[in-house]
Amino acid sequence: METGSPQDTGARGDGTTEPVWRGLPPGLLRMRRLLLVVWLGLLALALGVLLGLFAGPAWAAFALLPLALAAWGWVLLGRNWRSWRYAERADDLLISRGVLWREETVVPYGRMQLVEVTSGPVERHFGLASVQLHTAAAATDATIPGLDPAEAERLRDRLTELGEARSAGL
Amino acid sequence: MTAQGVDDAVLKGNPVAERRLHPVTPLRRAWAPVAVVIGWALHDPDQAQRQLTRLTTTALLIGLAVLVPVAALYGFLSWWFTHFAVTESELRIRTGLLFRRTAHIRLERVQAIDVTQPLLARVAGVAKLKLDVIGADKKDELAFLGEREARALRAELLARAAGFAPETAHEVGEAPARELLRTPPFQLAISLVLTGSTWGALAAALVVPPVLWLATHSVWTVLATGVPLLGAAATSSVGRFVGEYDWTVGESPDGLRIDHGLLDRTHETVPPGRVQAVRIVEPLLWRRRGWVRVELDVAGSSNSVLVPVAPRELAEAVVARVLPDVSVPEAAALSRPPRRAWRCVPVWWRGYGLAVTEAVFAARHGLLRRRLTLVPHAKVQSVRLTQGPWKGLWRLADVHVDTGADKTVTARLRDAQEAQELLRAQAERSRTGRRDAPPDRWMA
Repeated sequence: METGSPQDTGARGDGTTEPVWRGLPPGLLRMRRLLLVVWLGLLALALGVLLGLFAGPAWAAFALLPLALAAWGWVLLGRNWRSWRYAERADDLLISRGVLWREETVVPYGRMQLVEVTSGPVERHFGLASVQLHTAAAATDATIPGLDPAEAERLRDRLTELGEARSAGL
Repeated sequence: MTAQGVDDAVLKGNPVAERRLHPVTPLRRAWAPVAVVIGWALHDPDQAQRQLTRLTTTALLIGLAVLVPVAALYGFLSWWFTHFAVTESELRIRTGLLFRRTAHIRLERVQAIDVTQPLLARVAGVAKLKLDVIGADKKDELAFLGEREARALRAELLARAAGFAPETAHEVGEAPARELLRTPPFQLAISLVLTGSTWGALAAALVVPPVLWLATHSVWTVLATGVPLLGAAATSSVGRFVGEYDWTVGESPDGLRIDHGLLDRTHETVPPGRVQAVRIVEPLLWRRRGWVRVELDVAGSSNSVLVPVAPRELAEAVVARVLPDVSVPEAAALSRPPRRAWRCVPVWWRGYGLAVTEAVFAARHGLLRRRLTLVPHAKVQSVRLTQGPWKGLWRLADVHVDTGADKTVTARLRDAQEAQELLRAQAERSRTGRRDAPPDRWMA
């Protein structure tokens, strides 16, 4: 019955063994941190200049606020990035994410209607792509962001193949 | 058998016979211009009066002489250009005068077919056929067909969707129905009297206008709020009574038959295996009598009531027909969240409950108005576990089960460890539950 079950996943059929988790590549973290620093840096600069010109140099200290925010965000992004992981089991895909707001999703392969690989302009520049799974339920929120395009395509092909092998209607 | 049917169809050339709707169809929009004029007159009475006095008889006659033929021609042409045909695997509808539209509806995707008869259509002896299809936003409908033709067509479509060969689909005809449940009008009336929302709407309609009158002394404000409120009160009591009057649930080989309505008769058919979830609602005031209301989630369908009111045992017997091999878990079998859950949801946490049986995932919520939702394991699309920071602090988590009808059933405030196990176990159960689920064409 377990056709197409890969050797490298720990879970085989019965699903009792712990699945092999994979994290996200560091590219996503780099991209998010860069965007954070760039935007908040620009904001801090603009705020500092405007306040310094119109309200006096003492007020310009408020420009440190966005910088503090950036530092905090830097840490948060790191924690969030580390929390993302996914595992391909013999019959379903597990996605786990979030630190404070934790969410864990299980999508059986047989239920997938569509697998999508998307990549925006910024993501493309950083060589990243996201894989999104759609089932018949719109509430299913199964997205894996920031994968290598090659890995995203491998995942897409494998999920499609497994989805066909285990397909079940509604 | 099916393959042979295809061959025959190919050999005979194109035998797909296109049919037209019933000739009264153009009249169904005849009321629209009249309604527009009346609406305008009501909206602006002074203006209407002035325009009316200016209008001479000749102008009126000329206007009518132009408008009526144009409307009639439009009605006739739109009827003339609407065709439908039933093929091996599809229902094709061709329509549109200027903007052509062709819909090919795959029969194995049909979730339910309803025959509805509004009051005027009942007088004219015609009926409307509505199809629920997965993934379609709006219902495709064939309006109007002759009453007998509509029933025959529904039977044929369902028989073909069920996998009968096309040659025999005609002969199968209307499969015989066996009555499972019929709601007595008295019981329905009592149940509506015992529903909180009826009284809420009535109270609002009686209290709000006088208060507004005291506050503003403006007739228009009172009318503008009072009339909609009275309308809401009427629909929630009288409207529901009229709509749910003589509710009959029957069982037939092509699915569950639901017939209801006092003025507008509706005949719905829910094919087996299309039900994604069943919800058993138990309002506070019904509890002493042991009555429940049963609602359905069917993918792509908007009608949701299976039983408006019935004693619990009868309702459970009907549920057992909809979801084979399923027994509704007892109230005692539901496990409550752990005690510390009151910190997340103060009083109402007592209303939450969860039971997982061999066949279903059952979650209850609501303290006064209890709602128990059953999802067969085979219908689960995905399983999710969520936990916010406050719940994380108290080691609690929610488990969501997504169904194909775009509804999510949630077991709230479970112990985090238990939720984690539930998530894994549910994924496993859904996988094995699907394997022995019936096929799409349930009679093939």
